[in-house]
Amino acid sequence: MAKTLIEDLELGKFVEEVSEAYPKKVAKKRMKSMVVNDPDSIPEIQANVRTIPGIITQRGCTYAGCKGVVLGPTRDIINITHGPIGCGFYSWLTRRNQTRADKPEMENFIPYSFSTDMHDSNIVFGGEEKLKQAIREAYELFKPKGIAIFSTCPVGLIGDDVHRVARHMKEELPGVNIFGFSCEGYRGVSQSAGHHIANNGLYKNLIGNNDNYVRKNKYAINVLGEYNIGGDAFVIEDLFEKIGVDIVATMSGNSTLEQFETAHTADFSLVMCHRSINYVAEMLETSFGIPWAKANFIGAEATAKTLRKVGQYFGDQELIDRIEAVIAEEMIPVKAAIEKAKAKTEGKTAMLFVGGSRAHHYQELFTELGMEILVAGYEFGHRDDYEGRRVIPSIKVDADSRNIEEITVYPDPTRFKPRKTEEELAQLKEAFDIEFNDYKGIMKDMKKGTLVVDDLSHHEMEKLIEKYKPDVFCAGIKEKYVVQKMGIPMKQLHNYDNGGPYAAFEGAINFYKDIEMIACSTIFKQMKAPWELEEVLEAEYVFN
Amino acid sequence: MVNTEILGNRTNSSVPLGVRNSLGGRGYTSTRNSCKLCAPLGASLVFKGIEGCVPLIHGSQGCATYIRRYMISHYKEPVDIASSNFSEETTVFGGSRNFITGIDNIIKQYKPQVIGIASTCLSETIGEDIPGHIRNYCETYKGLEKNLPTFIHASTPSYCGSHAEGYYNTVLATIKTVTEYEKTDNSITIIPGMVTPADIRYLKELLDDFGLKYTLFPDYSETLDNEYTSEYQLIPTGGTPIWKIKRIGNSKAVIEFGNVFNKGVSRTKDVGTIQSAGEWLESSLYIKNYQMPQPIGIEASDRLMDVLKELSGKEIPEKHRKERGRLVDAYVDAHKYVFGKKALLYGEEDFVTALADWLREIGIETYFKKGADFETLREEAENFKPDLLIGNSKGYYIARERKIPLVRLGFPIHDRFGASRIHQIGYRGTQELFDLVVNALIEYKQENSPIGYKYL
Ligand code: SF4
Ligand code: SF4
Repeated sequence: MAKTLIEDLELGKFVEEVSEAYPKKVAKKRMKSMVVNDPDSIPEIQANVRTIPGIITQRGCTYAGCKGVVLGPTRDIINITHGPIGCGFYSWLTRRNQTRADKPEMENFIPYSFSTDMHDSNIVFGGEEKLKQAIREAYELFKPKGIAIFSTCPVGLIGDDVHRVARHMKEELPGVNIFGFSCEGYRGVSQSAGHHIANNGLYKNLIGNNDNYVRKNKYAINVLGEYNIGGDAFVIEDLFEKIGVDIVATMSGNSTLEQFETAHTADFSLVMCHRSINYVAEMLETSFGIPWAKANFIGAEATAKTLRKVGQYFGDQELIDRIEAVIAEEMIPVKAAIEKAKAKTEGKTAMLFVGGSRAHHYQELFTELGMEILVAGYEFGHRDDYEGRRVIPSIKVDADSRNIEEITVYPDPTRFKPRKTEEELAQLKEAFDIEFNDYKGIMKDMKKGTLVVDDLSHHEMEKLIEKYKPDVFCAGIKEKYVVQKMGIPMKQLHNYDNGGPYAAFEGAINFYKDIEMIACSTIFKQMKAPWELEEVLEAEYVFN
Repeated sequence: MVNTEILGNRTNSSVPLGVRNSLGGRGYTSTRNSCKLCAPLGASLVFKGIEGCVPLIHGSQGCATYIRRYMISHYKEPVDIASSNFSEETTVFGGSRNFITGIDNIIKQYKPQVIGIASTCLSETIGEDIPGHIRNYCETYKGLEKNLPTFIHASTPSYCGSHAEGYYNTVLATIKTVTEYEKTDNSITIIPGMVTPADIRYLKELLDDFGLKYTLFPDYSETLDNEYTSEYQLIPTGGTPIWKIKRIGNSKAVIEFGNVFNKGVSRTKDVGTIQSAGEWLESSLYIKNYQMPQPIGIEASDRLMDVLKELSGKEIPEKHRKERGRLVDAYVDAHKYVFGKKALLYGEEDFVTALADWLREIGIETYFKKGADFETLREEAENFKPDLLIGNSKGYYIARERKIPLVRLGFPIHDRFGASRIHQIGYRGTQELFDLVVNALIEYKQENSPIGYKYL
């Protein structure tokens, strides 16, 4: 039998070759984070461990995960960065999370970056007073409903207690919900520690504060882990509007404080980015009895599947019919777009290194285009994002994870109300294969023989490209120009290269077009001057 | 008129602006939409201007990631900056182990000639002894020092200064670490400050045209604005070679652009005793220091040409004389568009003050305020009513709100293309800036005209 492309590449060999440039100890450690996949017998991968000093990483810090990712997209909470100026400046409007207030006069604080801009005297004598004053100012300026405080690295060390300040200011400014996050950048190995800290804070300070959600439709869900990059959440909102299901809360794309406060009134949670929000999903389940299921709105088929899950969950024939009608209608332009793009994209290869779930989600779109994923990995995923939640009990808790507060959640004494009985959930699983409160991970969906690499280093990226020359490489802005300098088309999947939306049916069509454009771009063919081309011909000749 | 102080009485014309009164007119304690970035970013820029150098930020990884992110989106080039990746444990036990591992890994992967080390707020807060770490590291390689890269350390806690302080301190730290004196030769040293890669290329051309032998430091004209190379370069080519920095001590003169340097308003320590690199070279190695504002505008560029004439003993080359002539001609032709207009400026102090002098030269009234954040400027704009804004991308929201043009200069520019290729100094740069400003004003007038004139 002829070998498939992936078998032929023998990606396993890459692991040893690439590690040669590292000192022995480093090589040993890195090799555990690079595994050849087998979806039928998923191998163990090392993930969520410290990046080794001096190895250039894609990762950011805990503060970035907490302030930038999870809390950043909410428009009516004022975020104050407590620390020196850089951290606040750098996290000011750098993610493309969009927001759309219902009315123009409504609050939108996303364009503001408040910082205490600590100076040396604050480092020596403490910065709590400065922080209090900053909170007063933010209040005087905007009279917001909520103010969140984010700690950067020096804060914990000099003994400033942002939680104490929050409590104090809450008394001084009654009616304003003020809360702090101990999300100093060094606390975790990556953004993911910040997600966890943010999740805990949302639960402790916001979720469940308001029981008065007024439904427009019979059914209501939450969309968790969707941050509205490039307008993705807008398309998802439109979709649910069409099928007639309420979204109580999106966490946290295009969200408001009220959405967090009322999230516990929903019937079901869909989880997009498992990594960044799974703790909230779990807490909503334990505390209020709301089941969650993994969802994916990236890719037309994936979107259809997710919508059907919703129909099956509620088991309402009218809803199911509406969903089917929407899918049927949306699939017409999708099919046409795929056909058109496929002429250029079929058989091409891609590599994806993004986030804690995007590297998984986007595989759907590439598969729809007939493209082959060779290598993929997360920037800040954990083992469960790779191998599935079944491995959670066996994950070693290291010093870095112990750093993050684990909160114990109990069923709410008055409001815990299981939305489905155990039997109903079991039936749904049996009948429709819906996995409740579970995520199977990226590896199950990747082919045998593909390579999975966690926390890809700069060096590894260069070698991957040099050796396998993928047709498209997906990562973020920090990798963009390295990849392009190597003559390989590059697509940013954090900010979409200012494209998007890429979610749902409409987004899928945008993506097909963008990839088609990249795949047949002529620029990359012109990168060599005529006098350089000759050399290449010669080289090829020798090679043959 | 250049107005650097708060303008007189203000009116409360929108809700947020009225709040000033309830705070007793004291101004704000918090920084609302900062105009400044942090110190290790400035340090990294200098390190990118040294040949074969890899920067290491000693602290947690987030700072390096954020700084890379901003530099990459501005210069649109790969920018590798390593981090020593502090954990909670490191903050308790110190960062020496992380430091050693970090350096080991950089050497193994990059084989750099130089490693430039900048500290962060975190490593400074816990009192990391970076010079000690470097000494210890070299100790372990006793006898093999020749194989080690040169280490340069700059202390850059951001709570003591902004990216500008970081930049100038690192220039000084590099020179102090590397420069030696043998005997004075005929060469000169030029330290241009935070100019664009295009400006650096221009300066080199200018000095070549004057027939001068020179060292320009830091030179990131190639490392941050590189050609497409079919082979990927782990460390991009270009940068001031370390052997040249060594010989700076032999120069007969230094030219440095600026007047604020590392003594800006964000500086919170030692303002009295701080020296710029040029001042240090003058006081310690007795090299004559020609200090002048960034040469933007005819007057300021003339001053540079005068010094170059003096140092080279040559007349101003024809090419540059003609550039001046065309610039004067342009001033005359476009006078009607610019005269009496008002511009609000923000950015690094040395750049802003030089810009303001130039704008005055062409008849534009300016307003800027030392140490102000964007929200303060936005409030001041209510009264000053500028016709245009000049500064980096972060001020766009003010321009948008006021429906006036923004001429993007400075750092960061992440919503326009080609920031590296803007010329802003000398006759050539002034010409480019002048055209930009004039066209911004014309475009504004055209777009807001009910008739839609095609001749303006
Ligand atoms: S901690 Fe300091 S060095 Fe790090 S990003 Fe913040 S301001 Fe910059
Ligand atoms: S100082 Fe800490 S919080 Fe700030 S950017 Fe650096 S790692 Fe993140």
